This record gives sequence, structure tokens and C-alpha cells, in this order.
Amino acid sequence: MATAAPRRRRSLAAALRRYGWSYLFVLPTFSLFVVFTLLPVVQGLVLSLQNARVTGGEFIGLANFETLAADPVFVQAVGNTILYATVVVAAQITLALVVASLIQPLGTQAHVFYRALFYLPLVNSAILVAMVWRWIFNANPFGLANTALGVIGLGPFLWIGSSDQALIAVILSAVLTIPGGGVVLYSAAMGSLPRELYEAADLDGASWFSKWRHITVPLLRPTTLYLLVIYTILAFQLFERVYIMTNGGGPNNATITIVQLIYSTAFQFGRYGLASAMAVVLFVMALGVALVQFRSLRSDVEY
Amino acid sequence: MSNIRQRLPVHIVLLVAGGLSLFPLYWLFLTSLSPTQYVVRVPPEIVPRELTTANYVRLFETTPIVRWLFNTVVIAGVITAFHLLFDSMAGYAFAKRRFPGKNVMFWLVVSTLTVPAQVTLIPVFFILRFLGLLDTYPGVILPGLADVFGIFLMKQFIQTLPTELEHAARVDGASEWQVYRHVIVPLSRPALAVLAIFTFQRYWNAFIFPLVILHDPSKYPVQVGLATLQGEFNTDYGMLMTGAAVAAIPMIAVFFAFQRHFIEGIRIGGVKG
Repeated sequence: MATAAPRRRRSLAAALRRYGWSYLFVLPTFSLFVVFTLLPVVQGLVLSLQNARVTGGEFIGLANFETLAADPVFVQAVGNTILYATVVVAAQITLALVVASLIQPLGTQAHVFYRALFYLPLVNSAILVAMVWRWIFNANPFGLANTALGVIGLGPFLWIGSSDQALIAVILSAVLTIPGGGVVLYSAAMGSLPRELYEAADLDGASWFSKWRHITVPLLRPTTLYLLVIYTILAFQLFERVYIMTNGGGPNNATITIVQLIYSTAFQFGRYGLASAMAVVLFVMALGVALVQFRSLRSDVEY
Repeated sequence: MSNIRQRLPVHIVLLVAGGLSLFPLYWLFLTSLSPTQYVVRVPPEIVPRELTTANYVRLFETTPIVRWLFNTVVIAGVITAFHLLFDSMAGYAFAKRRFPGKNVMFWLVVSTLTVPAQVTLIPVFFILRFLGLLDTYPGVILPGLADVFGIFLMKQFIQTLPTELEHAARVDGASEWQVYRHVIVPLSRPALAVLAIFTFQRYWNAFIFPLVILHDPSKYPVQVGLATLQGEFNTDYGMLMTGAAVAAIPMIAVFFAFQRHFIEGIRIGGVKG
């Protein structure tokens, strides 16, 4: 008994000598992660079950979620967010795949040039981009979108001033930019596809399109899935475009999104519990998408 | 020869697509440089007849845009510097060292990779209020140090480095810190460059966190400042586009200076925004 304590102390000292440096290396970033990411995720879940307002609150079970389910504005926000994500992600994946496929057969210099060309528009902030699109989609006759469509005899449209067209303008603003990150990833993935399959297809006299359709696209599936998840989760977080282009929701909440509603519910109306419940819904949506990818990738391994 | 003729249509399609993507940026700069009477001309002119810097002069005279740019450089710069140090340290430990709890810790880090940042927004706001850090620079910087992308990036990269060099350094009597500082850090330069650029870009462009955390306009980073310009100048698109242009120029300059690392970064780290 008497020797147990010193021995434990000695083994503690030995453990410190052995692992101390490792913990020193990990601790600064890990403690910040715990305080400002891990703890907030847990606290967010707790808050969603509370009637939290500026002055504090108590547990109310799932009442916040019942409120949300019955709230037409929140239902509209979820609908808008999913509609935006579906259209924009489908367009982004298609555009990235097509553009990367067009770049692929060109030389190295062309690769470098086009990757940079398509990535350049993406270094700018969402705020700045949204400001330009607000200017392009303004309803006046001097608005650029109205002028361009006027040339082919359409419009003029009210765009962000109309509850029917505001969401279309927001979606168009996202779709009309080539997703440079996707282009770069597809392009890198295409560079490492096995040549043998193409050579075999050449022997069979396969056309360029049939090789693309039956070899390239299926082999790129992991990249497609990855982009699908990342772009969908990013699209779920739609906020800045709506905040700037349509003054945070548009006429009749035409462009309201989940994050926009989280922001206004918490920081304009002080209903933190309700807003946290919305954040949990967003979290579950993102998690669902990530799980779909995980399962698809696993089924890939099996076949 | 036939090669060029075959490829010409492809180049044309790609250049048109690239041009369309870049057009909003062109339109932004063009509007900012146009005299006010031309901005509202019907139909709008795609090719300018006359350019002026009047909007820029007015912007610098009537708004705190210089202060906002300075704030952004400080906030994004400090966050980037700390990420380079902390993430390379943690990445090294997770990639190369053995210690109890390592797998659990790393699993916790990875499991939050796909959590949307807005999920933590309200609790982080509460924590900062509790710490008395609302409306302060540390209040914006500290949550910025908590994102885990860099840990993951550095771990993935350092894993690929040969272990023999560390052993050799230890045999030569290097301390653990010296191994990190003089073996791991120099070899990790490519990943550190990518991390620096991505982190700086991310916090240069950050919006919702500073919007919620800061209230004093003199502390705003430039993106939040831009959003307030919209309230102030409402439909004066010339001024709004000038503000946006001033915020865009530094990031575009960074892109041209470090283009290679941007592209490399997407390859290594994936699409982040």
C-alpha cells in the first residue's frame, strides 16, 4: 500500500515524459475546437429543447419543433432551401463535369489557364457577388438582366421585387457561374483515370461520346459523390445572396431560407431556442446528405 | 493543323463560359468606374465611353472603408497565423505520434467536418457573451481558430512525409520541439501555403459570424461594412459597386500571386466554399 502512491507518481511521470509532447502539440487547437465547436454543437442541441430568450429559459421538450412544423414561414424556408439546393447543385455538377471534360484533351498550358480562369470568379465573397447580382437583376429598364432579355423580346421583369421571380433571380445568380472548384477536382480526377480502358475501347472503335458516357462518367463517381455532398451542404447554408439581393427574404418571404430565418429569429427577435431548433433541422439535413454519400461509397467497395 | 481546327470550337466554348463567369466581376468594375449619369443609362453600355474615379474618391471620403479593410487584414491575418502554427502542431501529432486518446480526439475532430457553421452560431454567441468578448476582435478571432479543416489537411499531408528524417534528428540529439520546428515544418511548406491561402480567403470573406458578434461599425471587417453600405446608398449602384470593387481587389491580387496554391489547395483539401 505504501509503495503504491510513489509508483503511481513514477508511472505518471513516465507517461508525461512519453506523451507530454504529443499533448502539447495537440492541446492548443484541440481545446479551441472543444470550446468553440464541440461544446457549441452540444449546446445547440440543448438550446433547441429550451424556451431560450434573451433573459434565459427552461426546458420545453420538443415544443420548438412542433412550433416550426406548424409555422408556414419555416416550411417555406425549408422548401426554398431544398429547391435552391436541388437546382443549383444539379447545374453545378453538370457544368463542372462538362467543362472539365472539354478541358481534359487540351495541353498542359491550356489546363493551367482554364483552371485559373474558372476559379478566379470564386475567390470573391458571397456578399460582393450578391451585390453585383442585385445590381444586374434590378427591376429598372437600365437593369442588365432586363436589357439582355429585352433583346430576345422578353420582360421587363420585376425580379427581386416580385414574389414569383425573386427566388428565380437568386437561383440564376448561382447557376450562371461555372463552379471552378468542381472543374479543378474533376479535371484532377480525370488525369488519373486508367488508360487501359480507353485503349481497349479504341480497339472496339468506340466514339468519343460513348467512351465519355461509359468509361469516364462512371469512373468519376467518387468525385461526383464528393461534390454532390459538399455543394449540397453549401447550398443548404444559403444566406448572403438572400440577405443582400432580397433584403433578407424578399417580398412575402419569397426567398426566405433556413439560415436567414435562424439569423432573424435569434438576432433580431431574440428567440434563441426556436432558432436553435431551426439550426438542428439544418444540421440533420446536412448529416443526411453526408450519410447518403458514406453509404454510396461503401456500396462502391462491394461491387 | 487539323488538331487546332478540331480544338478551336472547344476553346471558343470554354472562353465564352469563362467570360460569362467573369462578367459580373467586369460589370462590377465597369459600374464603379462609370460617371453617375451613365450608370442609369437605358440601355446600359457594356463598353464604356468614359471612365472616372469619382466614385472611389467619394467612397474613401465618406465611408470608413479603409478602417474596414484594416480590420479585415488584422482579423484574417491573426486567424491565419494561429492556424498555421496550431494546425501543423496538431497535424504532426495526429499523423506521426502515438498517445492515449489520439483516435478518439481525431474522430471527434473529423465528425464535425460536415457540421454547417451556422449550427454553432447561437451557442458561440452565448459563449462569447459569457466571456465578455462580444464586440471585440478576440471575439471574432477565437471562434475562427476552432475550425478543423486545417488539422485534417495538415494530418493528411504530414502522414506522407518519411519518418526516417525525424529519427535521424532525434539520434542527433534534437528535442521534440526541434524535430517539429526543423524537420516537420520545413517539409510541410506546400501544405502550409495551401492552408494559409484558404484560411485567409475564408476569413477575408467571412460574414455571418462578424455580423452577429460585432456591433461597433469601426470594428467591422469589410464584408459586414459592405452590407451596411447597401442600407446607406440603397440604389446608388455606382457607390455600392465601388465598395465591392475595393473589397474585391486584395483577394484578386492574392489569387494572381498564389494561383498555383489555390488550384493545388482544391486538389488536396477539396472544395471549401
